[in-house]
Amino acid sequence: MATLHTDGNIPDPDAFYAELIGLHRDLTEEQSRIVNAKLILILANQVGDVGLLRQAMAIARGALT
Amino acid sequence: MSDSAPRFPYRKNADQFAPRPAQHPVIVVGAGPVGLALAIDLVLGGVPAVVLDEDDSVSTGSRSICWAKRTLEIYDRLGCAEPMMVRGITWNRGKVFHGDRLLYEFDLQPEDGHRFPAFINLQQNLAEEIFVRRAQDLAGDGLDLRWKNRVTAVVAEDDHVGVEIDTPDGPYRLRSEYLVAADGVRSTVRRALGLDFEGRVFEDRFLISDVRMQAAFPSERRFWFDPTFHAGRSALLHRQADDIWRIDLQLGQDADPEHELAPENVAARLRSMLGPKVPFEIVWTSLYTFQCRRLERFSHGRVFFAGDAAHQVSPFGARGGNGGVQDADNLGWKLALVLKGTAPDRLLDSYNAERVPAADENILHSTRATDFMTPKTAASATFRDAALGLAERYPFARGFVNSGRLSRPATLEGSPLNTPDTDAFTPLQRPGSPAPDAAIVRPDGTKGWLLRELQEGFTALCFGDDAAAASVRDRRVPVAVKLVGAGGLGDSSGKAAERYDATPGTTYLIRPDQHVVGRWRRPTAAQISAALDRALAFQE
Repeated sequence: MATLHTDGNIPDPDAFYAELIGLHRDLTEEQSRIVNAKLILILANQVGDVGLLRQAMAIARGALT
Repeated sequence: MSDSAPRFPYRKNADQFAPRPAQHPVIVVGAGPVGLALAIDLVLGGVPAVVLDEDDSVSTGSRSICWAKRTLEIYDRLGCAEPMMVRGITWNRGKVFHGDRLLYEFDLQPEDGHRFPAFINLQQNLAEEIFVRRAQDLAGDGLDLRWKNRVTAVVAEDDHVGVEIDTPDGPYRLRSEYLVAADGVRSTVRRALGLDFEGRVFEDRFLISDVRMQAAFPSERRFWFDPTFHAGRSALLHRQADDIWRIDLQLGQDADPEHELAPENVAARLRSMLGPKVPFEIVWTSLYTFQCRRLERFSHGRVFFAGDAAHQVSPFGARGGNGGVQDADNLGWKLALVLKGTAPDRLLDSYNAERVPAADENILHSTRATDFMTPKTAASATFRDAALGLAERYPFARGFVNSGRLSRPATLEGSPLNTPDTDAFTPLQRPGSPAPDAAIVRPDGTKGWLLRELQEGFTALCFGDDAAAASVRDRRVPVAVKLVGAGGLGDSSGKAAERYDATPGTTYLIRPDQHVVGRWRRPTAAQISAALDRALAFQE
């Protein structure tokens, strides 16, 4: 089974992060939630591998503390 | 701090009593780190400089403390680095905490073979004492430092700059061919020319304290998101020289300045951070908001703006003081060559072309760091908390956590002075980049540093073969020719060749400010010569 990348994989993380925050500019909180949910679905479809997605979901839920 | 600050005596100068305004090649306004670095560089380059400062002492308050490796390399060229290294606190490591947990740490200089560390911390007032001493030593070489000379008016004409100055003996006037405004964020020169900053102002207030204490914390940068001692906000701790510590606490947008600056309230905040047992004394406290902005242009005719007079950043990343000194480093050699008639006036246009993008890079990093620390939207706060929640266990998320991206020298991408690569090289040391250091052995057998060999103006750094470079050493300007290997500088570790991606015959042409002009695998004399012309702005 493929293993999820948890080391950095984006060449310029600061620039990406700024774009991600910029995506939410001028949105209401409800709009932001929808945008985030859409983004997750789009990226999940791109990843395609349900095994990888399960690993990502476990990490996302596990780091809640 | 201020009670022990040295006083530099005001002295009368002949210009004050001259019947007509005396004319000087360069007037530098402001005797801070940027103005003094520039004046020292000019005088070392053979051009006298008059420095005007309204005060008679070093700066007070919580100013720059972190001096980056590249800045130290510049100070070394100016003859100021040794005393700074002795006085300053060396550090390479940063730690980022979330609550009370260490999320991760980073080493800013993971490899050896560099003369200077990633950073030293030395409070600006102590650094200025070192620069003033160096400037005074150069008095006989044309460095004319005038305390209690307050600029009151500046008139920029086509053929000169006129300055009106007030002194304890009354006003007088001067003229100069060029004027450099290094007079800080409230620049008198900038106001005199009716210029203003463009950019962002951040609403969050920060409490900045310099505290004297004997503490067992190591010499490293510590940053906290949401620490228990300052819940919901951020905090920064830095060690300075002489048992002084810099503490920077985010207070939010609604903080009441009067309440926050009351000594008992400051003490209570620091007490909760430092714990009940550490005795401390507050040396200086102030409340700040931050701006990330700049002048549209850094040159206006014969007037040049450098340092905070030209641009402002937030303190997270130490990009203010370091960016300013790098402005001076960029401008000094150009002014000197133009004033000596060696290079055409338009060489000076490259100051704006090179330093505006460098300032934008500093402003970009500073803005992003400030945005991460003080999220402006609920979504931004959520992403920040998510990144912090992942960063301890999952390294990828550390790339998103931004407690300040610490000062790095600008690569002067696309500068008109660069000669683009025509041979295949790894990109790291491309034209416009600052030349990297390496440990070397000089021909006489003594150990040295490569950057020390690049302090004589333009330099051709040749690996294994210097025949082509040697034939252009007297063209237009002197070019120092430095040979690595083949009986020249010893590079037994191979680090110099590795850092410059060098093979036998590789030649770098390097500017007086140690930035790469061009590089070739096996250049002809004509190629080096053309690159030199371009770096001097002889080619359009």
